[in-house]
Amino acid sequence: MSPATASKAFLEVDNLSVHFPTDDGLVRAVDGVSFTLEKGRTLGIVGESGSGKSVTSLAIMGLHRGTRAKLTGHIRLDGQDLTELTDEELRQLRGNKMAMIFQDPLSAMHPYYTIGQQLVEAIQVHSSESKKAARTSVVEMLGRVGIPNPNKRVDQYPHEFSGGMRQRAMIAMALINNPELLIADEPTTALDVTVQAQILDLMRGLQREFGSAIIMITHDLGVVAEIADQVLVMYGGKCVEYGTVDDSFHRPDHPYTWGLLTSMPRLDRVKQERLVPVVGNPPSLINVPPGCAFHPRCAFRALASQPCDSVVPELAESYFGHLSRCHIPVAQRAETFASDIAPKL
Amino acid sequence: MFYYILRRLGQMVVMLLLISATTFAIFFAVPIDPARYTCGKNCTPTILEGNRKSLGYDQPVPVQYAKFVQGLATGRDFPDNAELRAAHPEQVVHCPAPCLGYSPLQSRTINEMVSEAWPVSISIALGAFVLWMLVGVSGGIIAALNRGKWPDRLVVGLGLIGYSLPTFFIGLILLTFVAIQWGVVPVPSFKPFLPNPFDWAINLILPWITLACIFAASYMRLTRAYMIETMSEDFIRTARAKGAGKWRVILRHGLRASLTPIVTAAGLDLGGLLGGAIITESVFSMHGLGFLAVNSVTTMDLPTIVAMVLIVATFVVMANLVVDILYGFIDPRVKVGA
Repeated sequence: MSPATASKAFLEVDNLSVHFPTDDGLVRAVDGVSFTLEKGRTLGIVGESGSGKSVTSLAIMGLHRGTRAKLTGHIRLDGQDLTELTDEELRQLRGNKMAMIFQDPLSAMHPYYTIGQQLVEAIQVHSSESKKAARTSVVEMLGRVGIPNPNKRVDQYPHEFSGGMRQRAMIAMALINNPELLIADEPTTALDVTVQAQILDLMRGLQREFGSAIIMITHDLGVVAEIADQVLVMYGGKCVEYGTVDDSFHRPDHPYTWGLLTSMPRLDRVKQERLVPVVGNPPSLINVPPGCAFHPRCAFRALASQPCDSVVPELAESYFGHLSRCHIPVAQRAETFASDIAPKL
Repeated sequence: MFYYILRRLGQMVVMLLLISATTFAIFFAVPIDPARYTCGKNCTPTILEGNRKSLGYDQPVPVQYAKFVQGLATGRDFPDNAELRAAHPEQVVHCPAPCLGYSPLQSRTINEMVSEAWPVSISIALGAFVLWMLVGVSGGIIAALNRGKWPDRLVVGLGLIGYSLPTFFIGLILLTFVAIQWGVVPVPSFKPFLPNPFDWAINLILPWITLACIFAASYMRLTRAYMIETMSEDFIRTARAKGAGKWRVILRHGLRASLTPIVTAAGLDLGGLLGGAIITESVFSMHGLGFLAVNSVTTMDLPTIVAMVLIVATFVVMANLVVDILYGFIDPRVKVGA
């Protein structure tokens, strides 16, 4: 299914903005992001640090409530508008119908409670299950995410786990109530590559088993290629490209995505060719460059049909089911990609 | 763990011996003749020498110290001189172990004085402790959760006032108005806990408030600072993402993680206070250990001064040990004894 035509989706994020008023000005961390996601499918959200990926996911979980963040737009989960729920209604969904895996499981787990205590709590805040029954489910879940000897490990503290095991425990905690929506915020960033592959395998297997929808937030395009069905590329708080994973890798349509792809090391690339970095730094979210936020770093702005530094490009369909936000005419982009970018990939 | 505690207790004994030796050296090196203070206006050299002998001040200081330490271990009889004891067996005072010494000015063993003063000090310290922990920690939590808003400013402001007002000022104000002018509570005088705990409490409420004021203020600031830090930790976000309710997140996750530094400070403060709250006891004329210490200093009662230093030091060292052991229970990452 193409993301642009999806209707009545399981998760529907509609024109979501998250702004933080600060003493230095308004931080537009997320600015008008929309996407949809079906059950059993995976959406990869890609972008540099500070592009608004994590803020988007925290907004879906409702974790900006009670902070200074100003949230507009709508988030519909299974037909229910999360932005209209009370704190208590939202709390009942969190960790239950939707759950989140955090990036650094050492700091994301409470240092003073055992893994078992923390997972049992995740069950007990949503059901009246007895401690003993909950513990049995916890041991079973720890075994399922591939923690050896779960009967013994359940009583250990997070600091007694290795990084990979801790991430597995974190995943077990998120999965313990069979969530229908699972948000994984860079779940493999802190892990070495072999463990990373195991964790991705694990998530894929569990998705098959539970049929959950997964949002995978990452800056690692390899992870996205591995696991996602759709890709949303974020830059400066905005969605710059949105399409299926095949299209995004084979027919990417935004100069920023081109930059990401050419800067990614690949084994099958000719050895002599050097990686091409995206020059410059990610934009400050307080002073987002006027017009297209990417224009100061864009190598192809000369091709644009409109002034990139004053007019904000709209997110528009560039070919069937594929959206992008760029002033360069579609035909010219396809041509540039074919002649300049594709040979480097 | 067992060997760790044993080793720490051993270190504690050595430390206390060093402390007492130092105090001994300081006080017996000062140009004061302790025997002179035992002898009134009509002092003749004969009486002076007799007192000196009966109190053991005729011996060299190391011998006196050795006898003091021996007395701590096995108890002691006074007068110090064996001939004098044999000559007047009816005047012999036995001081059981751990014998802290004999006060010639009070004509009593220091153990006797301490055993009278100690319930007063422990009552004041424990009551104030409970009060300041309740007020301080809850105030700190409220301030941290409302950071920058009016409850935070109120708590921080009150804390600043409580912290800046001297104890004797708060004590005297409370005494003058609450007890004397308005008669809300009786003018404090120490009553034993049994048989009437209410009487005990009502008489101690003003000293408790006085003492708790300054501590509550600093615990508010401490709790506030650690709670603000903890509540921005990743594991708090995880707890919320799990679906834990607001208060569960604050108390079970936030406060639990802030507890380590609070318990540390609380243990050490309580340990220090058990040795007597000098100003509070003096303001309310409560004859506790602090009062005893002040009294012994003003009257140059040297043996009592040495004993008081030892008692206070013991509480402080003990508190340190207890806090270190508690650490292992509070923070699973700390291996006590490792």
